[in-house]
Amino acid sequence: MTDLSHWAHLHKPAGLRAGRPRWPKFPPLPLRKLPALIGLVVPSLLLASWYGVTAAHWVPAQILPAPVAVLEAFRTLLQDGELQRNLAISLSRVGYGFGAGTLAGLLLGAGMGFSDAFDRFVRPTFLIVSQIPILAWLPFLMLLLGIGEALKIVLVAKAVFTPVTLGTFAGVRGVPTRYLELARVLQFSRARTLYRVVLPAALPQLFSGFRYGLTHAWLSLVAVELLASYEGIGYLMVYSRQLFQLDVMVAVMLVIGFAGLVLDRLLALGENSLCRRFGGAA
Amino acid sequence: MNRLRSILGSGAVLPILLLSAWAGAVHAGLLDVRLWSSPELVLASAWAALRDGSLAAALAASLKRDLLGFAIGAGLGLPLGLLLARVRLADRLLSPTLNATRQIALFAWVPFLSLWLGNGEQGRIAFIALAAFFPVLLNSHVGAAQVEKRYLEVARVLCLKPHRVILKVILPSALPSILTGLRLGLIYAWLGTIGAEYMFATTQGIGSMMMDARELFRMDLVILGMIVIGGVGFLLNALLSRVGHLPLWRGVEESL
Repeated sequence: MTDLSHWAHLHKPAGLRAGRPRWPKFPPLPLRKLPALIGLVVPSLLLASWYGVTAAHWVPAQILPAPVAVLEAFRTLLQDGELQRNLAISLSRVGYGFGAGTLAGLLLGAGMGFSDAFDRFVRPTFLIVSQIPILAWLPFLMLLLGIGEALKIVLVAKAVFTPVTLGTFAGVRGVPTRYLELARVLQFSRARTLYRVVLPAALPQLFSGFRYGLTHAWLSLVAVELLASYEGIGYLMVYSRQLFQLDVMVAVMLVIGFAGLVLDRLLALGENSLCRRFGGAA
Repeated sequence: MNRLRSILGSGAVLPILLLSAWAGAVHAGLLDVRLWSSPELVLASAWAALRDGSLAAALAASLKRDLLGFAIGAGLGLPLGLLLARVRLADRLLSPTLNATRQIALFAWVPFLSLWLGNGEQGRIAFIALAAFFPVLLNSHVGAAQVEKRYLEVARVLCLKPHRVILKVILPSALPSILTGLRLGLIYAWLGTIGAEYMFATTQGIGSMMMDARELFRMDLVILGMIVIGGVGFLLNALLSRVGHLPLWRGVEESL
């Protein structure tokens, strides 16, 4: 079960602001009480130099569009509905793919988690197949499925499937034996054990799987839309690049970042409310 | 290793079953061989590509690109991660910007990079470096932020110079996390290599080989490419795992 050890670091304080002991020789106090606003210094400087460089025409607009132009492009995209239309297409692809991949991943992960025999037969194959990175599937799926909707949904589903399977498996296997013994002593039915014991205990791992799944889904969707699509947010980007409408391109790039962030936050919200409902089993 | 072997015993059943079902269905005419290829065809074209050296050339081009991009990305990410973890001012200044930048899906950078650095090798390398950069940055940051306080206190008592503190205290205790980051970075760099070969101008490389094969409807070469890409990813991962005595199989976040 070597792969379970990967999970250890998932629960360390990830992200860029973990608690930190102090640098031994760093000059004391004044710097430690800096307001959080200082994080805005670099973005403002970047924005200012972006503005300055474009306003002074040091860089041609075909290389770097002015911030105002990007804002204007964003407004135009909103007004003629192009942005909403393409974003809706992309999001529905993520939705279908995420749904299908999650369902399959939950089933396979639970199967491997609950049954040792099934695990022995299936997991090696699963692990071998999961060695193939998602993008390597793309030409294969393009040949099999063409470049229609099915390609996008299957690719996204495949991207979601692997982390959700691993997360479900780790979650089910990680339920402490004493909880299961207690459930047996209390003569819980199978369904009740699943709902009251396994699910709450596995929830954090499950959601790790979902979150990576969603990140991978968004990443793969943007990739496939850049390569083989006639609509969607990624296509909007290539299209504007081809027309050298860089203001549109930058605006779409920012929207892609923002949409990814919102998707992740939504899932985190879901996780929190579910964990609360199950009595903070984490 | 023993457990691996015992798993492989029953684990081999399913792959053998699938392979023979594939071969059988193609031979029985249930699957169109032009679309689905067949195991023998894949083997035959693997042999042919090995003999004429095209596979080796493509692989060498991809690996060179991959490792160069990885070296640049990791070379920037690792020190920056240490800096952000140990110097609060740098953390406060840069982390919000980096966190925001990280939100942009990796491939959304391609049009931008191709514009700024050209549609050729520079753009590809920069993209691969970007793919490796964030995992290395995040994990070295986490590792260096979790150095035990008493080690740092000892270092202070011993009046160690800052570079000695980094070399003798921070790096060793952050090492497991740093290695995780490097491994993740290598995986992302490999993914980025494939993506870069798809999305930038065509060039030599394993990803380009697959895209060309797709246009020629050569499913055998596409499948060969998948196997080679998966195998190389596995070997790179295994190599770095051996260095750090870390588990071999990928975890969930590496499952791209």
